[in-house]
Amino acid sequence: MAGPGLGSGQDLWIISIALFCIASLLGALNFITTVLNMRAKGMSLMKMPLTVWTWFTTAILALLSFPVLLAAGILLLLDRLGGTSFFIPAGLVVSDTVIESSGGSPILWQHLFWFFGHPEVYIAILPGMGVASQLLSTFARKPIFGYHAMVVAVFAIGMLGFFVWGHHMFVSGLSPFSALVFSILTLAIGVPSAIKTFNWLGTLWGGKIRFTTAMLFAIGFVSLFVSGGITGLFLGQTSVDVQLHDTYFPVAHFHMIMGVAAIFGIFGATYYWFPKMFGRMLHEGLGKLHFWLTFIGVNAIFIPMHLMGIMGQLRRYAESTEFKFMEPLQPYQEFVTIAAFVTAAAQLLFLVNFCWGMFKGKKATENPWEATTLEWITASPPPHDNFGGRELVVNHAAYEYGVPGAPRDYVMQTDPPLESAK
Amino acid sequence: MALALAILIWAIVLASVVLFTGEFGWFPPQISEHGDAMDAQFNLTLIVVAIGFILAQVALGYYVWRYRDRSGARAVYTHGSTKVEVATVLITAVTFITLAVIGQQVWIGLHLEDMPENAVQVEVTAQQFAWNFRYPGPDGQFGKTATRLINDQLNPVGLDSRDPASKDDVVTLNRMAVPVNRDIRLTLRSKDVTHSFFVPALRFKQDTTPGLAIPGHFKALKTGEYEIACAELCGLQHYKMKGFLMVMSDQEFEAWLKERAEF
Repeated sequence: MAGPGLGSGQDLWIISIALFCIASLLGALNFITTVLNMRAKGMSLMKMPLTVWTWFTTAILALLSFPVLLAAGILLLLDRLGGTSFFIPAGLVVSDTVIESSGGSPILWQHLFWFFGHPEVYIAILPGMGVASQLLSTFARKPIFGYHAMVVAVFAIGMLGFFVWGHHMFVSGLSPFSALVFSILTLAIGVPSAIKTFNWLGTLWGGKIRFTTAMLFAIGFVSLFVSGGITGLFLGQTSVDVQLHDTYFPVAHFHMIMGVAAIFGIFGATYYWFPKMFGRMLHEGLGKLHFWLTFIGVNAIFIPMHLMGIMGQLRRYAESTEFKFMEPLQPYQEFVTIAAFVTAAAQLLFLVNFCWGMFKGKKATENPWEATTLEWITASPPPHDNFGGRELVVNHAAYEYGVPGAPRDYVMQTDPPLESAK
Repeated sequence: MALALAILIWAIVLASVVLFTGEFGWFPPQISEHGDAMDAQFNLTLIVVAIGFILAQVALGYYVWRYRDRSGARAVYTHGSTKVEVATVLITAVTFITLAVIGQQVWIGLHLEDMPENAVQVEVTAQQFAWNFRYPGPDGQFGKTATRLINDQLNPVGLDSRDPASKDDVVTLNRMAVPVNRDIRLTLRSKDVTHSFFVPALRFKQDTTPGLAIPGHFKALKTGEYEIACAELCGLQHYKMKGFLMVMSDQEFEAWLKERAEF
């Protein structure tokens, strides 16, 4: 008898996930302690860049959610190797063989997994939100619109994220009463998400946008965040989820938001901080081509996938030729497959740019983007100790662009206080 | 650059609108009592989503083009507006929570309302990679079952023949008949791993979780044969785990059941 899940490979996989949980926990502790204890003089919490705020929130989420996955992983390992049955119910018959076990609950596993799993999707997307905020502000040459609201929204998304795991389990056999509560709390997350979107648009409003590659990815992030996030309104509703659950619709939804939008955050961040990391610039022309192909590509993959889900295409089907209701989907399958291959191929441009940039890219100055945050006052790449022994004093908020009366259109966080402000 | 990006974002909006309003495919035709309300809730949500999606994307494209760097004066210096933030919170909170509350009606009807006494009972027992259906027979009682009696060929659900109530139970493989316009009460089980009982035309999906007997309920309004698919990855042949729901008249249903009882 052989099949997925029966070999010792699964045990190794569980052990590796457990190690990953421990590593994430330690990393999270480090982030939280660093943010709370090691800020530069004058860097009050409300002067921190939103990138730091999102990492801080992410670390809190990781600290609270990874222990649950760790515990679940250990219980699962005990079930497989230690003869326990936390998750294995009594009376199982697999391939005509009775499995000796004494009454655990697979639903318990689902609860533990999703109690981690839902915060985890915010762990994936929140840093991207921070990056998008930083980039939009820098390249629109404007302070972030509604900084305080952004901080509150990030925290609200993070905390609400702990109370909605049940929306992954509407059709699992969960109590239909608890589904009602999970559904309403889930839709409530739409509120802070709308605030973020609104403030990103507000940041662009009245700006002087510089279209660097990093900025293109940040704008792409906002577009994808809207497209991917808003379909959560369907899936968060008990009655609408019934038909869409386990179809391509949720696949499209979460790939667009925690997959592609998060990746756009990573790309934007890489194009933006590459000069600081390596002391050289990436090629802008190649970077822009990479953006255009990727942005068109991901929309071509995932927007039709929503429709495929509506038509009933189920997830994790090795073939979709067995069912009549999936027959009309073949042209969509082909289109999406081609789009996926083309988009994947376009990533080679990034790889080439990255390797070329590391050795041959134009030398970067200290502050090539005319940005305001601390990393831009030091050399590219930074010396040992980041600031070479200098003790920094922060006088300004994180995103002071276009300040009337200031000598330049940006005021760095460490610049002396402005005359007019006194 | 700015104009190109704006046009691209608007083109994505246009393509999405065309895709979701044109004749490019939609839900399979629905045949259940609760299905219309479910589809209506989807359509209502679609309208809300479309408004939010179009407003945000069109504004994004417009701002990208309108506020491109054209030298001259500095950008507008503002840190935001509390009034607008509060308005955003109020508008979205009211819209989303109202939507969620309206959507619950269908769910409550499906799960939390009492079923009439005369509902037809069917027990669904999923296994890798087939559907077993059991009817209680004329006595209206399911007989006892036992795990150790299970045999895929001879006794797929493990009927205990010593229990008199089991004598008239009818067990079928991959074909489930139900009478039209009658309430059907399901009990969903699994022998081995988690499966999910999905009938697209019924707008019905429910996981079958080992160790649980999950109740379900529907009423089919149209005769015909409809596909049953497994919606939860259950093994290598998950994609072949197929059954048929046959909705028939009362007389046909009785005859169908009798035929199988004699066998």
